[in-house]
Amino acid sequence: MDSRYEVVIGLEVHVQLTTKSKIFCGCSTAFGQTPNSQTCPVCLGLPGALPVLNRQVVEDAVKTGLATNCRIAPRSIFARKNYFYPDLPKGYQISQFELPICEHGWLEIETEEHGQKKVGITRIHMEEDAGKLLHSDGNSSSVDLNRACTPLLEVVSEPDMRSADEAIAYLKQLHPIVVYLGVCDGNLEEGSFRCDANVSVRPWGQQELGTRAEVKNLNSFRFIKQAIEYEVERQIEVIDDGGKVVQETRLFDADSGVTRSMRGKEEAHVYRYFPDPDLVPLVVSDAWVERVRGTLPELPAAKQQRYQGELGLAAYDAGVISAERPVAEYFEALVALHNHPKTCANWVMGELLRALNENGIGIADCPVTPKLLAEVLQRIEDNTISGKIAKTVFGEIWQTGKTADQVIAEKGLKQVTDTGAIEGIVAEVIAANPGQVAEYQAGKEKLMGFFVGQVMKASKGKANPGMVNQLLKKKLSE
Amino acid sequence: MKISREEVEHVARLARLALEPTELDELTGQLDAILGYVDKLNELDTQGVEPTAHAVPMENAFREDQVQASIGIERALQNAPSTADSCYQVPKVIE
Amino acid sequence: MKLNSSSIHQLRQKLAAGELTSVALTRACLERIAATNGKVNSFITVCEKEALAAAEVADRRIAAGDAAPLTGIPLAVKDIFNTLDVRTTCGSKILDNYISPYDATVIAKLREQGAVIVGKLNMDEFAMGSSSENSAAGPVLNPWDLQRVPGGSSGGSAAAVAAGQVPATLGTDTGGSIRQPASHCGVVGLKPTYGRVSRFGVIAYASSLDQVGPLAGNVEDCALLLGAVAGYDPADSTSVDTPVPDYLASLKEGVKGKKIGLPKEYFIEGLDPDVKKAVAATIATYQQLGAEVIEVSLPHTDYAVACYYLIATAEASSNLARYDGVRFGVRKDAGEGLIDMYRQTRAAGFGDEVKRRIMLGTYALSSGYYDAYYLKAQKVRTLIREDFFAAFEQVDLLLTPVAPTPAFKIGEKVNDPLQMYLSDIFTIPVNLAGTCGISLPCGMSHEGLPIGLQLLGKPFAEAEILQAAWAFENATDWGGKFPEL
Repeated sequence: MDSRYEVVIGLEVHVQLTTKSKIFCGCSTAFGQTPNSQTCPVCLGLPGALPVLNRQVVEDAVKTGLATNCRIAPRSIFARKNYFYPDLPKGYQISQFELPICEHGWLEIETEEHGQKKVGITRIHMEEDAGKLLHSDGNSSSVDLNRACTPLLEVVSEPDMRSADEAIAYLKQLHPIVVYLGVCDGNLEEGSFRCDANVSVRPWGQQELGTRAEVKNLNSFRFIKQAIEYEVERQIEVIDDGGKVVQETRLFDADSGVTRSMRGKEEAHVYRYFPDPDLVPLVVSDAWVERVRGTLPELPAAKQQRYQGELGLAAYDAGVISAERPVAEYFEALVALHNHPKTCANWVMGELLRALNENGIGIADCPVTPKLLAEVLQRIEDNTISGKIAKTVFGEIWQTGKTADQVIAEKGLKQVTDTGAIEGIVAEVIAANPGQVAEYQAGKEKLMGFFVGQVMKASKGKANPGMVNQLLKKKLSE
Repeated sequence: MKISREEVEHVARLARLALEPTELDELTGQLDAILGYVDKLNELDTQGVEPTAHAVPMENAFREDQVQASIGIERALQNAPSTADSCYQVPKVIE
Repeated sequence: MKLNSSSIHQLRQKLAAGELTSVALTRACLERIAATNGKVNSFITVCEKEALAAAEVADRRIAAGDAAPLTGIPLAVKDIFNTLDVRTTCGSKILDNYISPYDATVIAKLREQGAVIVGKLNMDEFAMGSSSENSAAGPVLNPWDLQRVPGGSSGGSAAAVAAGQVPATLGTDTGGSIRQPASHCGVVGLKPTYGRVSRFGVIAYASSLDQVGPLAGNVEDCALLLGAVAGYDPADSTSVDTPVPDYLASLKEGVKGKKIGLPKEYFIEGLDPDVKKAVAATIATYQQLGAEVIEVSLPHTDYAVACYYLIATAEASSNLARYDGVRFGVRKDAGEGLIDMYRQTRAAGFGDEVKRRIMLGTYALSSGYYDAYYLKAQKVRTLIREDFFAAFEQVDLLLTPVAPTPAFKIGEKVNDPLQMYLSDIFTIPVNLAGTCGISLPCGMSHEGLPIGLQLLGKPFAEAEILQAAWAFENATDWGGKFPEL
């Protein structure tokens, strides 16, 4: 980054809600259906059709507002944003302009330079999505209105971020929150969580903001970072060449990694907002807000703190486990059954996530339930099996769905803790390797590992490793 | 003059109306007369007066989040001037 | 019995007694339409096949003893209502070929009752007008004088009743579009309180003002039809969830002891002498019927037209953005790209008055003008509304003329939009205030043209204005007149 300029970034995030039906009509919001199969007079904008607000959208907006420290407006209204485009059936988008449902919120991010930092949230408002305009090669484009009228929350931040990394840090706070709340599936590729970045630069010390460009079409965290960094470079170059940054909308092209000026949306700033006379004011009572507050889950930041504080996990581990709600829930269920948080965390982050990754499935579909896994950990704890054998047991449970005890019994994996039996094997190993014994006794103590390995091998892994160590040391020093 | 011909042209662009020069002239005169007439509202002091959006006070009309049957692709497309592959067809944007 | 001047009340009795079938009645209406539509041009679309099929079903229902009040009664509706699988043009070229894929809520209600919808009525394009001259289907002519307009925008709805084509119709009223044509055609027309009748499926002109209402040959039929279509609709966020009273049951309660207000601002210079005389005469009638009549004031009346034209056109400019030639309607495309297609389609599809109002509304909402025009008008709207509430503190009803003059000549005001707008001066304030009003015949001009009386009520006091209208109708001979055609 150029040290002469300060970068200023504000983000507008469109969060697609997970409601079953659209925001103003009863059509399904399911993704990937035949074009225009999920439409009705309302979302097609047919003459005479009228919108009616989906109550769940309000619930989701209030939840999101509370989770991002917003003030919930006791009274908010819907407005029409007027512009012509084929994916916008009515010729206006129903959105909120004056009096949005949430205002004055913030999220806290961790920055390299400044440590903890608050990023302000200007507002969160409800609106309907547009349909899809599919460009083909010929002289025409195709319009699919299945997505039209799908509920969105637009989360608008203050221009509080000073680098692409801070922008990403903010998004990485916001994203898990909406997923945790269950209001959004968080899928960036399918466009469920879309980000536009307002980027400007100004010389250090200058009070007023530089002219900003709005960068759109950012559908992964990596692209967002790339796009912002490109845009900053571009603007600095424009200024250095004696030019002026133009206020405009630019599209990020992921293939080439550059942003390009977006033409065609002429007069886009003349939206002629006015209150939608087909809808009535939305009044959210204190009781409603409090009821919603009561349903809020513990959010990732709070969870991470608790895992570190109460459960004694390392910061990194607490972060990884709390990042995704299903993982955190699995972990918490596991700890409830087996009160050794660190062991539980190691297993969840190690064996469990590895197996899930390898098999390409989500934790919700994991064949090894917290209960099944807790039993495995119990058997390590009570010395029935070693940690190593436990992995074998885990693999077997994954395949068969049997319990740890069943697997241990069927496969004869019970750890050998009988001193006599282990002594016998130790004696055999010592007898079979006189050369190594001599070297060991001459001072090459790292050969201990070799002997342990031999004993474990002879016992098919079932010998208690601690006892093996102990007995070997004793016998070899005799 | 309350409104100029240029402003009328600009408004016609916003409203996506292709108007003939004679129509623009005529509209400029008519809109000017109407705007001159509606100017009488400025005789009234409305400071501190709340705007009325609906004559009958109303709030909070909801539907529950339940999926209802769509009207079907055929009905959705039955009035369209041009369709292909279950989609409405429109001319491309020409800059 | 003359079917073309019978009331619904009379027809119901005949149907119930088996003296008449709905099919025969429907055929009679269709014949009357065929015989007279060439003169008045009240119908845009006649649904002969659908109507006869509905009449057959109605006859079976009547025979089974399962008749609702409107079962088997032929009705027609303004072409602003969406009617499933029937052409719905709203008087516009842009919807010339539009076949609606759904029913408006009020249409569904009529169908449930077993009413027979015989066709779609002519109107000012998108309900913008006071004369029914602005229609792609050509002007509607006043059955009382074919040189004159029937009023508008529900001119077809009023003319069809006056011409005896159907006993009753549905119209919409945004600034007087039911009451003014009812007055000019000598029929009864009622604009309910905003929110009383569902707007779902009614093609929008100005969403905060539009309201559906009945037109009929007499007050009783008006009450019956209002009762059939009124009520809360979950599909219309602006419909109001209050019970619908039995308008027929309370119809004959009279006006004894009622206080009627005469707003002095409605009896102005320039009021046609015949209108003035006819309306003045109604005062005596009401006094004889036991009402007390006093003068009241609605001080902001003079600002209503300006206020209305800003609010209505602003909303209209947005409501009419959907006519873009993409999903429906007549497209005009010269191959010059999307934006040009929009501009050509809309230029070719909309008539002059619609374009004028879209332009005015777009301008009023433009950045820099929103506060000066739209917001200012909404504030003035508050003052106008408060005038009414203050008046209704003193009186139960208001009595006014409907229009400053009887029906004017075709073409008379077509080139002077402002004069045309000013002809709605007595009907517009009620839409802004959101309350209810009824227009009923109260006299004839020296040229033999009907003159209407307007009664305005408190919000949701439709029963009260119907009672007062019925009392007048029954105390005088002005109701139930039909012109020779």
